[in-house]
Amino acid sequence: MSKKQRKTGLIFFPAFDWAISPTHPEREERLLYTQDQVVEEGLLDFENIIEYKPGLATVEDINRIHICVPQASSVITESHLISAGGAITAAEKVMRKEVDNAFALVRPPGHHAMKVVHGARGFCNVNIEAIMVEHIRKHYGPKRIAIVDTDCHHGDGTQEIYWHDPNTLCISIHQDGRTLYPGSGFPDEFGGPNALGMTINVPLPPRTSDEGFLYVLENVIMPILTEFKPDIVINSAGQDNHYTDPITNMRFSAQGYAQLNERLAPDIAVLEGGYSIEKALPYVNVGIILAMAGLDYSAVREPDYNAEALRQSEQITQYIERTSAEVMMLWKKRLDMKKSVVGTNKYIKRKKQIYYDTDGISEQQEETVRVCDDCGGLVTIDSFADTGKRIFAIVIPGQSCPVCREEGEASFDRMEKGKYRHLYFQDRDRDIYINK
Amino acid sequence: MILGIDVGGTHTDAVLIDNFKIRKKAKVPTDANHLLNSLLKVTTTILAAEDPAKLQRVVLSTTLSTNAIVQNKIKRVGMIIASGPGLPPSLLPVPENTCFIAGYVNHRGIIAAAINTEEIKDAGAKLSREGIDHVGVVGKFSTRNPEQELKIAEILGNRFRHASLGHRMSGHLNFRRRIATTYLNSAIWDLYQRFVQDVLQFVHQQGISVPIYILKADGGTFDVAKSADYPAQTILSGPAASIMGVLSMAKCDEDAIALDIGGTTTDIAIFADGVPLLENLGVTIEGHKTLIRGLRTRSIGLGGDSIVRCENGKLVIGPQREGPAAALGGPFPTPTDAMIVLNLTTIGERGKALTALEPIARLLDKSVEETAQQIFEEACRKIVAAVLSFIEEINNQPVYTIHEMLEGRKISPKALYVVGGPAAAMAGPLGGYLACTPFIPEHSEVANAVGAALARTTAELTILADTERRLLTIGEEGIQITIPSRFTSEEAIAVGRERLREKALAMGAKEEDLEIEVIENQEFNMVRDSYTAGKNIRVKVQIKPGLISGFTREKTL
Repeated sequence: MSKKQRKTGLIFFPAFDWAISPTHPEREERLLYTQDQVVEEGLLDFENIIEYKPGLATVEDINRIHICVPQASSVITESHLISAGGAITAAEKVMRKEVDNAFALVRPPGHHAMKVVHGARGFCNVNIEAIMVEHIRKHYGPKRIAIVDTDCHHGDGTQEIYWHDPNTLCISIHQDGRTLYPGSGFPDEFGGPNALGMTINVPLPPRTSDEGFLYVLENVIMPILTEFKPDIVINSAGQDNHYTDPITNMRFSAQGYAQLNERLAPDIAVLEGGYSIEKALPYVNVGIILAMAGLDYSAVREPDYNAEALRQSEQITQYIERTSAEVMMLWKKRLDMKKSVVGTNKYIKRKKQIYYDTDGISEQQEETVRVCDDCGGLVTIDSFADTGKRIFAIVIPGQSCPVCREEGEASFDRMEKGKYRHLYFQDRDRDIYINK
Repeated sequence: MILGIDVGGTHTDAVLIDNFKIRKKAKVPTDANHLLNSLLKVTTTILAAEDPAKLQRVVLSTTLSTNAIVQNKIKRVGMIIASGPGLPPSLLPVPENTCFIAGYVNHRGIIAAAINTEEIKDAGAKLSREGIDHVGVVGKFSTRNPEQELKIAEILGNRFRHASLGHRMSGHLNFRRRIATTYLNSAIWDLYQRFVQDVLQFVHQQGISVPIYILKADGGTFDVAKSADYPAQTILSGPAASIMGVLSMAKCDEDAIALDIGGTTTDIAIFADGVPLLENLGVTIEGHKTLIRGLRTRSIGLGGDSIVRCENGKLVIGPQREGPAAALGGPFPTPTDAMIVLNLTTIGERGKALTALEPIARLLDKSVEETAQQIFEEACRKIVAAVLSFIEEINNQPVYTIHEMLEGRKISPKALYVVGGPAAAMAGPLGGYLACTPFIPEHSEVANAVGAALARTTAELTILADTERRLLTIGEEGIQITIPSRFTSEEAIAVGRERLREKALAMGAKEEDLEIEVIENQEFNMVRDSYTAGKNIRVKVQIKPGLISGFTREKTL
């Protein structure tokens, strides 16, 4: 089989000295066997696969997208700066055209981390893809970016962060939220009033196999990407859809992952979840790296792989076809939906209850967005966690219109602390972050 | 007395070292087709009027293996490969006569697919029919569990003259390199066997009865009789000899750069705290990426005899060489000619150098002296750029722990050691550019032979302990032993030290040279279904490259 070879950057950081707790899935051992397999296969000896040392993300990189309570240094450790730094290094290598694409094989993951961070949820403290995306925009100008989240868990953090951003398309395929953490990610979660259709969710039934994933890729993801015309495609590459994953119920294989990455052809892939550390990750990662580098992955498979035993039922196939059709229907109507969603409101509020399962923190949040036809809209957030911390944040979006900007600046100037422990002001265009 | 001999591509050098002082040196041209003749000539020259009974050891460094590979004077090898899932055959570095067979060991050393006796017999018969007498047997992850490779060798029996087994080549992972290494080992096995026999016979005839050692690519030595089955280890020992020689002549226990500026190339090596750095996985020869433990060097195509020309108004130096400098009768102008014009060296005929540089001076619209100066500076600049990029590469090597990421040690050389023809002329300016104090070691013209003479025996072992499976594996030794479930990394290190000691002594090491260090020590909790099932312990121990005991730098050579 001859394919077009590509130059692929690999940022590998297994953090062999960091764990959430000794027996936690997110522990030292997680990428041990992946490293063994990548080294044994000799992938780094290929001239078109180049390993880079991750850089360190900075607090400024985090503050560009997150509101950390009370500040970034209190919710992260060095490991987060390195894994976000690894994602940034991957992006840098691609943006500077040193490589054609890059894979940040780093931990800990980030896709459950939302805009406001009171602690860790779903093993994530900060959202490493979002930090990377805003780093790209800061240094390489405004870009249309598509994030395709192929982790088995709904990428709720990434969705929440980009809910109002018309320039960031978030597509998540995942095991149906009625059967798995975090319980969200249904087709009707479709983006905020100023960014309708910029959030796409395709929940898949348990026991979906390669066939189902690739069907959604061909019939939903690729057509939407073609219309969105992104400058950059990012794969938020969780590996827990694998048939051996201990905390999920899907039937995806290493071959399936490799095919998905070949077809999707992401510019950047970032590792997210995946906890079958011995039976899945070594093979899935070798498959993804070969696929990204345009090398023959046809012989990559798990030693116990049995296609027949993993085949999805006819019922599942039909269910996925119906879901896909439903999502495409919504996508086609996205531009006409604003009127009915917004009505005569000038502002739209949404109330959120956020549970930080990893740290056991509950947060009540009220988010308000200004309805705007010219930008993503001014956002204000009132957040109260059961740690006793209540904060208020004003966020001026990237590529903001003058009206949203003036209103945001004026209200921050007027704001008194009062009942709030902290007041935050985040201005993406001017890269300003104030913690009052 | 110690006799050190380096059979190089052009010259065979010998030194006789007495009480750590050079007593004699000898140099003869190498007869590439009859290495033994060169050996005989240099030995008789240097041992004339000496009492061979006073010799304590003899160390040889030879280009035999290297040349055989470079000149493709090697045996056909059949490979029997159990690759399991992963890379397809088209992406593996296998020769024409290769049989892929069933069988697979996974990353933990667990057999995930069985081998098939009939299939192996068929493969053996097929290779025999092709007229092949030498084979290599390699399985994926065989260093994690050598059982299948050993079984395959057993099934093949005595069908072939020689079978090299992959797990014996190195304890490192890397299937593709394991294939390449095993292939090369088998390909030069015959040639090397004969060489060992010849050497043993030769020293016997000379009345020498002390241990004879061979230099390896990692700058360590091993007993020639013990080396017979591992000829691949002697590949690229030439550069290692020079580096060890520089080490012996340098008062160096800090970070330093060693340069060997030859006629065609400049070889760069780096010392960290006075210890030469090793390649991460292994050396590369003729495009073969191997697992052969070797000193980490970088070679650039720029030497004293590189051709200098002018292209589109710009100076270009090397990488070609067509004979010596013009001042010495060569056909083209070279950096050496520039140095002669600048009176930095007194060799050759300055008139010829001037004439050779003239056409370039005209193209550059400069005087011949100015042109010579520009050539000299450009040559220095190219070497400096290569040294800096080499150091940067070493310092930017990926690391896998937060600790190393934040506390990682950076190499920052303070001293520069230069050997080779242009050393005297170039050391000063190079030291200036690199902010290092320059040194030109004495006797540097025989650094290679001195390095061979004084190198100690080196070895390395990789220990994998899996307490869930209660199994300790030392792949490259073919050892698997049962351990208790509470086995610790301290115990793994203790086992490693003891086995390494035994291995090194068997290779000819002296007890006083066993400077063992732990180069890797990792311990992982293996958690299955939320409880700790055992520990995965990984330890590497080595005898680091260095000089034999008793040699101290106060006794400057």
